[in-house]
Amino acid sequence: MAKTDFGPPDYREMIPPIIRENYGDWKYHTVPRPGVLMHVSQSGAVLHSVRVASPRLVSSDWINDICDIAEKYCAGYLRFTTRNNVEFLVADETRLQPLIDELDERNYLIGGVGLSISNVVHTQGWIHCKSAVTDASGITKSIMDEMTGYFTGKVKVPARLRIAVACCVNMCGACHCSDIAIVGIHRTVPQVNDEMVSRVCEIPTTIASCPTGAIRPNPKTKSVEINPDKCMMCGNCTSVCPAIKIMDPVNDGVSIWVGGKVSNARTAPMFSRLAIPYIPNEPPRWSSVTAAVKSLVEIWAANARDGERMGEWINRIGWERFFDMTGLPFTDKHLDDFTHATTTFRSTTQFKF
Amino acid sequence: MGDRKTPLLDELEKGDWPSFVTEIKRAAAKNQGAADLLAQLECSYEEKIGHWKHGGIVGVKGYGGGVVGRYSDEPEKFPNIREFHTIRVNQPAGFFYTAKKLRQLTAIWDKYGSGLYNMHGSTGDCILLGTSTENLQPCVDELAEIGFDLGGSGGAMRTLGCCVGQARCEKACIDSMGIVHELTLHYQEVIHRPSWPYKFKIKVSACPNDCAAASARSDLAVMGMWRDSIIIDDEAVRQTVDGGFDIFNRVIRKCPSEALDWNQEEKRLIVRPEDCVHCMNCVNMLPRAISIGHQRGATLLIGGKAPVVKGAMIGWVLVPFMSMEPPYTELKEIIDKITDWWADHAKNRERVGELIDRLGLAVFLDAIGLKPLPQMVRAPRSNPYIFWKTEEVERRG
Repeated sequence: MAKTDFGPPDYREMIPPIIRENYGDWKYHTVPRPGVLMHVSQSGAVLHSVRVASPRLVSSDWINDICDIAEKYCAGYLRFTTRNNVEFLVADETRLQPLIDELDERNYLIGGVGLSISNVVHTQGWIHCKSAVTDASGITKSIMDEMTGYFTGKVKVPARLRIAVACCVNMCGACHCSDIAIVGIHRTVPQVNDEMVSRVCEIPTTIASCPTGAIRPNPKTKSVEINPDKCMMCGNCTSVCPAIKIMDPVNDGVSIWVGGKVSNARTAPMFSRLAIPYIPNEPPRWSSVTAAVKSLVEIWAANARDGERMGEWINRIGWERFFDMTGLPFTDKHLDDFTHATTTFRSTTQFKF
Repeated sequence: MGDRKTPLLDELEKGDWPSFVTEIKRAAAKNQGAADLLAQLECSYEEKIGHWKHGGIVGVKGYGGGVVGRYSDEPEKFPNIREFHTIRVNQPAGFFYTAKKLRQLTAIWDKYGSGLYNMHGSTGDCILLGTSTENLQPCVDELAEIGFDLGGSGGAMRTLGCCVGQARCEKACIDSMGIVHELTLHYQEVIHRPSWPYKFKIKVSACPNDCAAASARSDLAVMGMWRDSIIIDDEAVRQTVDGGFDIFNRVIRKCPSEALDWNQEEKRLIVRPEDCVHCMNCVNMLPRAISIGHQRGATLLIGGKAPVVKGAMIGWVLVPFMSMEPPYTELKEIIDKITDWWADHAKNRERVGELIDRLGLAVFLDAIGLKPLPQMVRAPRSNPYIFWKTEEVERRG
């Protein structure tokens, strides 16, 4: 039998010599131009990293292309970032400008560093996931086509802005703590295939999977039934019981959430909060979603103070002014009614008219 | 590719941002599975619904996870993706690669799979998208020959992840990549053989900027921390301020605990270390003038997760400060205590944060042998419903 449990390649064999030699000794960094980081070590060593956008879903050809570039300019060393960008690691400063020239010539987008909108963290979508309510890659591509200038540094922003797309409420990745999150949602109660439930599903597990207790056994059909008044369309039951179907191409769509962050800088990490409860799926270009995101970014960029993330800006001006300024309607859908609901109700007379 | 048209997806080849459709087409030129994937996706775009079946368990010898079954729900129409499974390949810490290593990977995946990847998946794995059941075993065997092992799936410790840390960041309080690599090797058994009620995620960020989003998406977040004072280079501060930097609005006013003052006469920034909450803002704003302290270690946070099942949570402070020296024995011990308690008490699909919410933080701390500390809470309880143990009270009459 083949060997098992040996773990990933050792990173010490994947890092360039300049990093091996200066590991833990970096002194400071600057951003000499958009998309380029310059790290200076205590030893005086200088490393340039050139960050380029990736579509995340890539082919072998694409990987081999970036390998060609890394071999030509970076002695073969490169890395990916947590937001799916690629970084070319340039130890020889004389290779920096030629690298940038070639990247420009080959239409790679350089950017995503510092005060910018970096690449979108997103999920699998219709491309390869069974529970996808929408196509995360399509939405990402549509949004970033509009936001390219924010990525490359042509358009300035007051602070970083992180966008994430999740194709269902499972929210793979840290979607729920993003400046702007786009999340696929259902709006109709799942349908139960009684005959199939009795064959393929464990009924106690199915009942237990429901966070609101909306599922009860139906002994007559040896199946389960769902109380539509209690069902919040989370899809948990469909994860444990394939005989329950929730996909509804007519009513499924996406929601938009704002103001989350994970960094502890200045303010504590925050959840993203509901801004727009529903926008229909509009493939291939999701024009309403794209327009909504663009509008949110522009209003924030025009009004936030320097260094103020989306959530920090909203907290300063208040949600009442956020809804006012964006023109978004505030509805019953914005009122939380789940596990932590009361923590979101206002128990002070400090508010704005 | 044949004569199948994809007018909707073709729209997504327009525009400046790199196109995933172009990538699928590049793979489709060499692989029938990728071609069928493109055609099926066009159907999804027409019908606004996905075309993958629920579940289907696949596996490779010696592993309980790491490969995820995926089957088209229209296998007659798209026979080359009748089976189109995912292989989760554990990424090198910090996502560092050499071109040589990546070329070895693409050669194997072109031989056995679709030639499509996610670089990377949400948890961090290098995701190989799409192959047949038959090809799984030889593919995984050949990946092993070039040093790539599988990641986690199901009720297991999931593939660990981290920020770039000391490899290339002056703010790193800990060796995030070293920690992740060591823990990954140490926990191969629980990563590869799911035996827990649900997933358990560990992510490591080397400072409170949390570039790995550890507190939001991992059951146990390890976050770099220092516990002495930030270090201020007065001369560098003066130079930055003389250069026009608005230190009042960007740094002093933004300090969340009002720990910073400005001496205008001396043009000097003064910190009261006992008031500092290590938020990182001044360090971020003045990278050449302010740096993290000398006494470095990590804060552990517990319970972070996305909404399923009982709502999203951001990790709660569990250990305010722990030293982080290889081989990270203290960290491993606490991970073992946490996962043992959780595996013993959790319901199916209950994450550790939800279990703590259900049974109480005090019960959890007692079980893993930690003392309650004020750093763990925003505020003490405001209700009078206190649980007293029999040994804490006098026997009644």
